Amino acid sequence: MNIDELREHLCSTYPDLCPLFSVEYGDGMLMVDSSRLHEAASDLRDLGFDRLGMVTAVDTGDEFELVYRVQSREMHAGIFVKTRVARDVASIASVNDLWPAANWQEREVFDMFGIVFEGHPDLRRILLTDDWVGYPLRKDYEDERIIRRPDYI
Amino acid sequence: MTEQTIVNIGPSHPSTHGVCRVIVTLDGETVVHAEPVIGHLHRGIEKMAENRTYLQVVPLTDRLDYVGSMYANWAYCRSVERLAGIRVPERAEYIRVIVCELQRIASHMMGIGSTGADTGATSAFMYTFAQRDHVVELFEALCGARLTYNYVRPGGVSMDLPDGWVEQCRAFTAQHPPVMMEIDRLLFGNVIARARLKGVGVLTPEDAVGWGTSGPVARGSGVDWDLRRDDPYSVYPRFDFQIPLGEIGDCYDRARVRLWECVESCKIINQALDQIEPGSVHAEGLPRLLAPRPGDAYDHIESARGSLGVYLVSDGSPRPYRMKVRSPAFCNLAVLPLLAEGHTLSDLIVIIGSLDPVFGEVDR
Amino acid sequence: MTLLWGFLWGVAGMTVIAVGAILGVWWERKVAARIQMRYGPQQIGPFGSLQMIADVPKLLFKEDIIPDSADKPIFKYAPLFVFGPIAVSMVVIPFSAGWAPLNTSVGVLFFLAVPSIEVIAILLSAWASHNTLSTLGGIRATAQMISYEVPRSLAVLAIVLLAGSLRPLDVVDAWRWWWLPLTFIAFLIYFIASIAEMNRGPFDIPEAESELVAGYFADYSGMRWASFMMAEYGGMISASLFGAALFLGAGWPFTGALGVVALIVKTIALMTIVMWVKWTLPRLRQDHLMSFCWKVLTPLALVQLVIVGVVLPWL
Repeated sequence: MNIDELREHLCSTYPDLCPLFSVEYGDGMLMVDSSRLHEAASDLRDLGFDRLGMVTAVDTGDEFELVYRVQSREMHAGIFVKTRVARDVASIASVNDLWPAANWQEREVFDMFGIVFEGHPDLRRILLTDDWVGYPLRKDYEDERIIRRPDYI
Repeated sequence: MTEQTIVNIGPSHPSTHGVCRVIVTLDGETVVHAEPVIGHLHRGIEKMAENRTYLQVVPLTDRLDYVGSMYANWAYCRSVERLAGIRVPERAEYIRVIVCELQRIASHMMGIGSTGADTGATSAFMYTFAQRDHVVELFEALCGARLTYNYVRPGGVSMDLPDGWVEQCRAFTAQHPPVMMEIDRLLFGNVIARARLKGVGVLTPEDAVGWGTSGPVARGSGVDWDLRRDDPYSVYPRFDFQIPLGEIGDCYDRARVRLWECVESCKIINQALDQIEPGSVHAEGLPRLLAPRPGDAYDHIESARGSLGVYLVSDGSPRPYRMKVRSPAFCNLAVLPLLAEGHTLSDLIVIIGSLDPVFGEVDR
Repeated sequence: MTLLWGFLWGVAGMTVIAVGAILGVWWERKVAARIQMRYGPQQIGPFGSLQMIADVPKLLFKEDIIPDSADKPIFKYAPLFVFGPIAVSMVVIPFSAGWAPLNTSVGVLFFLAVPSIEVIAILLSAWASHNTLSTLGGIRATAQMISYEVPRSLAVLAIVLLAGSLRPLDVVDAWRWWWLPLTFIAFLIYFIASIAEMNRGPFDIPEAESELVAGYFADYSGMRWASFMMAEYGGMISASLFGAALFLGAGWPFTGALGVVALIVKTIALMTIVMWVKWTLPRLRQDHLMSFCWKVLTPLALVQLVIVGVVLPWL
C-alpha cells in the first residue's frame, strides 16, 4: 500500500486523525498532541498497525519530540507518530497496553531522556545502572568524560 | 511450593552470548521468573554518534552487531543516503546485497552453532564455525577486516570486488548448502537435540507481533514478515527466494529457520553474482564532509536478527543531531521472561541461545 | 594381610589413575580434535603427547583459590574423597586370567559399591562451595548417580548370574564367547549407565559447561580442580576396564601377557567410544535423563535378567 492509499484509508476510518497526517520524504507521519497520543495509537492499532517498531525521542532543545514507528503487516506500510512534550514536565501516556513491545523501548527512552511514561508497569533504567545521575541523551547532559571532537569544517 | 532459589546467570557466563545477566528465580530446577538485566556492554554509541561526522559514525556501527557488522553499516548508510538524497550505483547495491547475504550466513552459523553449544553439542559449533570462517575469509579478501568491516559507506561501498573474488564466492555458495544438510542431520536430526529443542520456549504468533520481535525469532513463530520481501529495498525485488517459516515457534523452529535462511541466502548470492555488471561502486561527486538537509530519516533492513533500523535526525550540520538504532536483538530479547517461565534452567540457556542476541546491538 | 595388600594396591591404583588420566586427557584431546576438524595438541613432543606433562606442573603451581564464603575444611578435602573411591575400586579388577590385585569373593559388589561413595564427596564439595550453580550441579549429580546405579547393577547382575559367582576372577574364568550375544543388552546398559556414572557427555548434566559453568567444581582451581578431572578420567578408565573384563572376556582370545594387552586394547577402545559419544551428542535434560533411566534402562536390564534366568537351566 502506498502513502496516498494509506492516507485515504486512514481518513475514511478515523476522520479526526486525517488533518494530522502528512508525508515527509516519502514517509507517512502523524503529528499528534501529547494528550491524544494514546487515543491515536489505539486507533492506529485498530486500523491494522499491529507492530510497534521503535519508540525514541529527540531533544529538540526546548522540548522533547517523541517518535513512534508503527508498522502494519497487512498493509505493508509503516508510519511515524510524533508528539512533543515539554522538558520540565516530561511525561506521556504509555502505549505498553497496546503493544507490549513498548515495555523495554519506553524504559530505554526513560533511561536516556528521563521522560516518564504513565501507566508503564515497570519503569526503571534499563541500559544504565540504577544509580546513574542524569539522562545522557539530553543535549544539556554534562559529563567530564565527554570529549568534544574538533570541528572539521 | 518449595523454597525458591535465586540464581544469577551472568554477566560473565559461557551461555549468555556476551554480557547479559539473567536473574533467575528457581523452584527446584523450574524457572519461576527470569529477568534479563542488560546494559553491561552499553558504550553510548548513540551519544558518541552525535559527536562525529557522518562518515566517522560508520566504524561505530560496526561495533553494534559485531557478529554481523555489514548490516549496521548498511542500515546506517541507507539512512544517511535517504537523508542526504544520495543515489547509489547499481553495482554497489549488488555488492551490498552479496556481502549482506554472506553476512547472514556468517551470523546464522554463529546462531546455529551456539544452539549446538548450548545443548552441549560442541562439535556442531565447530562445524558451523568452519563455515563462518569461509565467509570471514571472503570478507578479509574484500576489505581486509575479519570482524569490523567498515565496508558499506554512504554512497556505495569502500572498494570494488578484488580479482577472483566472485569465483571464490561461487565456490563457497556451492559447498555451503550440502554442509547445511549435514548440520541438519547431525544436530536437528538427533533425538536428544530434538527433545531439548522441540516444544521449548514457544512464542505464539500474537506475542511475536505484539512484542515487536522480528527476523528468525518472529518467523520461527510463523509470522510471515521479512523486509526483503514485504518492504523491499535495494535490488531485492529482482531475486527469487523463499522465506522459511517455523510452525509453532519453539527453539527448534527458530534454529531451523536460521538454517534454511542460509540456504536461501546462497540462492540470492548466486543470482546476484549472475546479474552484477561492471561499473562504479561509489556515488560520484559526493562531498568529503556530508552535511545533509535538516530533517529526519528512517530506514531499515532485514538483518540476521530482524529488522534493523536507523533513525537519523539532522540539523544541517556535518554531525548527526540524533541517531537511534532500532535494534532487533533488543526487541527479541524482551520476550525472554515470557518464554522462560515454567521451563527448566537448562531450557533457559537454550532459549537465550535461540533468541540469538548479540549484546553489542542490545546494549549499543 | 589382605587389607594391607588392598591398601598398597589402592595407592598403586591412584598412581595408575593419575598416569592414566594424563594419557587419557591427551588421547581425548586428540580424539575430540579429530571429530571437530582440528589438530589438537601437536607442539610439545611427538603428536603433542608431552602436552600433559607440561600441563601438570601448570596445575600444581596454579593459585589455589578458596572462596571466602566456602566451608573451608570441607571445601579443601572433598576433592580427595571424590578421587579416592575411584582409585580404590581399581583393586578388584581382574587384569588377566587368574590374577587380580585383590581377589575377593565380593569383588563385583565391591566395584559397584565403593565408587558410589564419590556421590557424597561431590555433594559435599558442591555444598561447601556456597555457590548456587555448584549446589545445583551437586544435587543434579546426586540424583543422576544414584539413579544410574540401579540399571548398572542390574546389568552386572546378569553376568554374575551366568557365572554363578561375585568373584571377578571366577567370572573371567567362566566367560565363554557366546556370552557376548547373550549379555549384549546388559553390556550396553552397563556402558550407558557407566557414562552417566562418570558424568560424561551426553550425561554431563551436573557439570553442564553451558548451564552451570562447571557445576559442582565451579569454584575449584589448580590441583583441587585437577583431582575432579582425575576422578572423571579414573572413572572412565576403571569402568572401561571393568566392562572389558566382565562383559568382553578380559584377555579373550589370548591368555597370559598377551591377554593383558588385549584387555588394555579393549579398554582403550571403550574409552574412545565414550569420548566419541561425548563429542558428538548434545546433552540431555535432567527430566529426560531420569525418565531414560527409569523407563528405558531399568526395564531393559530386568528383561535381560529374565533372559539370562530362562537360559540358565539349559546351560
